[in-house]
Amino acid sequence: MVHIPGATFEPAFAPAPGITRIDVSAFFVDRRPVTNGEFLQFVREYPRFRRSSIPGILADKTYLSHWSNDLDPGEGVSPNQPVTHVSWFAAKAYCEARGDRLPSWVEWEYVAAADETRRDARSDAAWQQRILDWYARPSHDALPNVGMGSANIYGVQDLHGLIWEWVSDFHAMLIRPDSRDDGGRFFCGAGATAAADKSGYAIFMRVAFLSSVEARYTTANLGFRCARDVAGKRETRP
Amino acid sequence: MSVATVTSAGDPEGENPTCCSETHAVSQSAEAATGESLYALEKKLVDQRGTSIGLDVYRGHPVLVTMFFGHCRDVCPMQAARIKAAIDSLGTEERKPLRVLMISLDPSRDTPPALATLAKTYGVDTPDWTFATASEDDVREIAAALGIRYVRLPDGSFNHSAVVTLLDEGGVIRGRADGLTAPLAPLLARSKSH
Repeated sequence: MVHIPGATFEPAFAPAPGITRIDVSAFFVDRRPVTNGEFLQFVREYPRFRRSSIPGILADKTYLSHWSNDLDPGEGVSPNQPVTHVSWFAAKAYCEARGDRLPSWVEWEYVAAADETRRDARSDAAWQQRILDWYARPSHDALPNVGMGSANIYGVQDLHGLIWEWVSDFHAMLIRPDSRDDGGRFFCGAGATAAADKSGYAIFMRVAFLSSVEARYTTANLGFRCARDVAGKRETRP
Repeated sequence: MSVATVTSAGDPEGENPTCCSETHAVSQSAEAATGESLYALEKKLVDQRGTSIGLDVYRGHPVLVTMFFGHCRDVCPMQAARIKAAIDSLGTEERKPLRVLMISLDPSRDTPPALATLAKTYGVDTPDWTFATASEDDVREIAAALGIRYVRLPDGSFNHSAVVTLLDEGGVIRGRADGLTAPLAPLLARSKSH
């Protein structure tokens, strides 16, 4: 894991009205996404999260569907590829088994705003274009191994160009404000008015993706990495 | 809806008709078979009396579950009133098995005494309604499982989707009413349909 210093961060997309500048406390985050090999260790130790035994409320039918069986990813799956076809519940449980947690959406975006030399590269149109080019490419037939791309200034890799990643609060994205009885204002309008910086289209792609998934969903290009509080490991266990 | 009894292959109880011919709460093996029970989350809650209960407190009954926060001025009370009105519109026998579980998104402020006050304010201070809290992390998981989206705002209130979910006797999700104007009658009808 690498240490990410705290700062005030202005996400390009406000997660809710009134939330525009966020004090992000220092935290640790995995350099790379969790791999098939690492996830295999986890399901060996926690049988509840094996493919054949995970409760349906925690993962859908394509959970780890790319593996040969419960405890064998199989010949065509590299242990060093990012693990995908994992639900939010499974990702969360993996991190908690380590005494860690999923990063929050703000934490993830904060780290992802950096390039190789700058903590905040978002005003660089060329950098933004590199990221958009990845979204425009069709999915790989086989995912590359983790750690192949260049690291950003924090030493974190694979935030762009490899997989979508779960965050702890994906459910906070783009909510229709039912509870506030705003007369049926739909999220498209809310999203447009909440956006501070319209040049970072990729962030809209990510927000749109996160707002479209449910916690038990699994898909081919969705994985995760873990984060840790500076105070240390947590007691929570799956 | 009828309550299923399940016997798996090789289960000695399945060979004993007197054991499994009566209706009773859905067995563990049934939950394993369906796998979709919300109760597989195995969460601990605290109710408005300060009693520790399981998420499956109403196992054996059809349950309407929703999430709310106590400081919500208009929408959450409206949601509770809608649920109460929908249940009250049923006949005595139809409404008897139904239970309501309201889980707070705001455990720091919705303490058991606050929940007890809410139950009285909403006119639902009966054994058929439970108001409950859980840890913030468990709230997150329960909301995730119910497909409820929420975010805490700077003023301490919440934006959240207004969803009422119907669970069957085993905790399996059988229907949802999504949004404040989504009719509840079809959900209640489904609770009788099995």
